[in-house]
Amino acid sequence: MDPRGFATAARLAIVAGKGGVGKTTVTAALARMAARSGLSTLIIEVEGKSGLPTLFGAGELDYNEVVMAPSGNGVGEIRARTLTPDDALLEYLQDHGMKRISKRLANSGALDVVATAAPGIKDILILGKVKQLERAGAADLIILDAPAAGHAITFLMSARGLLDAVRVGPVRGQAEEVIELLTDPARCQVILVTLPEETPVNEVTETAFALEDRVGIKLGPVVVNGLYPVIESLEADPEALADQAGTTLRPGEADALRAAARFRATRQALQHDQVRRLASALPLPQLRLPFLFDVDLGPAQLDVLADALALEVNALPALTS
Amino acid sequence: MTAPVRRLTAEREIVICCGSGGVGKTTAAAVLALEGARAGRRACVVTIDPAKRLADALGLDRLSNTPSKIEGEWPGELWAMMLDTKSTFDNLVAKYSGNEEQAAGILANRFYRNISGALSGTQEYMAMEKLFELHDSGKFDLIVVDTPPTRNALDFLDAPRRLTRFLDNRVFRILMMPTRAYLKAVSVATQAFLRTISRVVGTEVVQDAVAFFQAFEGMEEGFRNRAQKVLELLSSPETAFVLVASPRRDAITEAMFFAARLRESHIPIETLIVNRMHPRFGDGNAEADRARARTLTGTELGALYDNLAEFRSLADGEEAHVVELIERVAPAPVVRVPFLADDVHDLDGLAEVAGYVVAG
Repeated sequence: MDPRGFATAARLAIVAGKGGVGKTTVTAALARMAARSGLSTLIIEVEGKSGLPTLFGAGELDYNEVVMAPSGNGVGEIRARTLTPDDALLEYLQDHGMKRISKRLANSGALDVVATAAPGIKDILILGKVKQLERAGAADLIILDAPAAGHAITFLMSARGLLDAVRVGPVRGQAEEVIELLTDPARCQVILVTLPEETPVNEVTETAFALEDRVGIKLGPVVVNGLYPVIESLEADPEALADQAGTTLRPGEADALRAAARFRATRQALQHDQVRRLASALPLPQLRLPFLFDVDLGPAQLDVLADALALEVNALPALTS
Repeated sequence: MTAPVRRLTAEREIVICCGSGGVGKTTAAAVLALEGARAGRRACVVTIDPAKRLADALGLDRLSNTPSKIEGEWPGELWAMMLDTKSTFDNLVAKYSGNEEQAAGILANRFYRNISGALSGTQEYMAMEKLFELHDSGKFDLIVVDTPPTRNALDFLDAPRRLTRFLDNRVFRILMMPTRAYLKAVSVATQAFLRTISRVVGTEVVQDAVAFFQAFEGMEEGFRNRAQKVLELLSSPETAFVLVASPRRDAITEAMFFAARLRESHIPIETLIVNRMHPRFGDGNAEADRARARTLTGTELGALYDNLAEFRSLADGEEAHVVELIERVAPAPVVRVPFLADDVHDLDGLAEVAGYVVAG
């Protein structure tokens, strides 16, 4: 499947995963890949604070769209914005002719009361706004960096839950439309991110089944992030190799080379096992991204990840439907 | 000198582990409780993480709202529990309601049933409530709490206050006034407000909320006093705060934010635990390794040098991040836990981490 086809399969891509799995990095790499195929991309960040600007080497995020990477030479523009429940509520009230009470509602803490009366309303306000952007075609591809930390399921389930609590009114209509969006693979694909480690693999499997069974979401491929690029010759003895090459090693260096090789070999094997375990537990195609040995990720590293992502997407079978 | 962590787990009564998600906070909490048990204390670890990661780490299938004992070779006791927010809240309601009728009315209210799942901060508050309850029971010498991986750092410090603020909510207090005839004038304005909210979310939802606040009448005082006591316990000298981080850039940024918030609240960080640090192999220089690898391009030895260079520069970069963080939490002692070759998901794994943690 070519990257452009992948990025246009649905207008909205939701990237979800636990904290620490590199969800924001994957969001950025996906945006970069889409932009390279000429698509304009809008990233939506729902938690206010984000590492996104550092990845792009751009300015801070705001409720108004900020350019993360400009367009040019056939590359599409990447923009990003934040969208918090409070922002979304204000906008919702203003759009629905309740401008007069919107400030009072927001300032009085009544949102907390209303949100408790109808759980999931904050998520619906956000998803409702995302749906509006999707309908308006705000960009060729809209990527939602979903909330981290166990909230992915609740976030995406909120519409279902709300239908039980709210029987009438515009919010119910909003929830129905959000479910329509989430369950239509032609409009929305959900991409889960995980690490090739025991606990993250268990968690992503649980999340995937919950989303498919309870929300009716058809999931896109799962991204396995942070795989050590495989080195084949890790078992070789450095001293023997040095002899063969007619060179010598500095004192202590053989031990360091051996220890580093052993560490990598162990992690490689462990990751390999986890990737296989994930494949058998979760029948979704995998997109595998390399671990980068740079501690600070910026535009250069993002390019490496976008390249890797494009290669992985190319290896996916073409859509049959 | 005694290792700093050993002092904490041997002397303090409460240890609160805070930090962002994905940094190994749950593992750290379990390790500290394990250390307490090893020091002969009756230790209990409380987790609020919905992902049941502690259950994984302790090799338990499930945890319940009452601590369960974990058997093992240590002189003290090790207990673990997963917080059940709802039943903790139910118990509080039962405790502070005037009579059974009032309690039953609240527990049956649909709005109340949503509170534990929907009201932000409830989970954090109930964790602190449970902590208070466990501490009060006198059954444990050491309680280690794993805080939720919330991005709203330190929500749990605000949580007790937030709930009482919520119960005091001005708008809804006014909403309840129509029953008092002399406030008729207010009532007209609030009825209009009520109607507007009803138009958005439906009348039933608003009726549930009003019924809840009416049923709750008279209980706020009990809740407020309790919240105050919980806050006092958190700021007492028996309680120690441990900041858990990982050396990744984003985790370091979050940790600095936590550190700043704790300082604002005048809460000292007793120890910094940095998890998942890549090991540094030997003291050679990554650039030199890379140069050597270039002269050996395409050979197996060259690949080994490249590998060594990658790990050395990674370890150096991580150490630079950690040093930045250490400056922010000074004079708190720092514990570095290496990224282990295997995942931690059983007691043996915890014991291995514990070895690094107490070594300081």
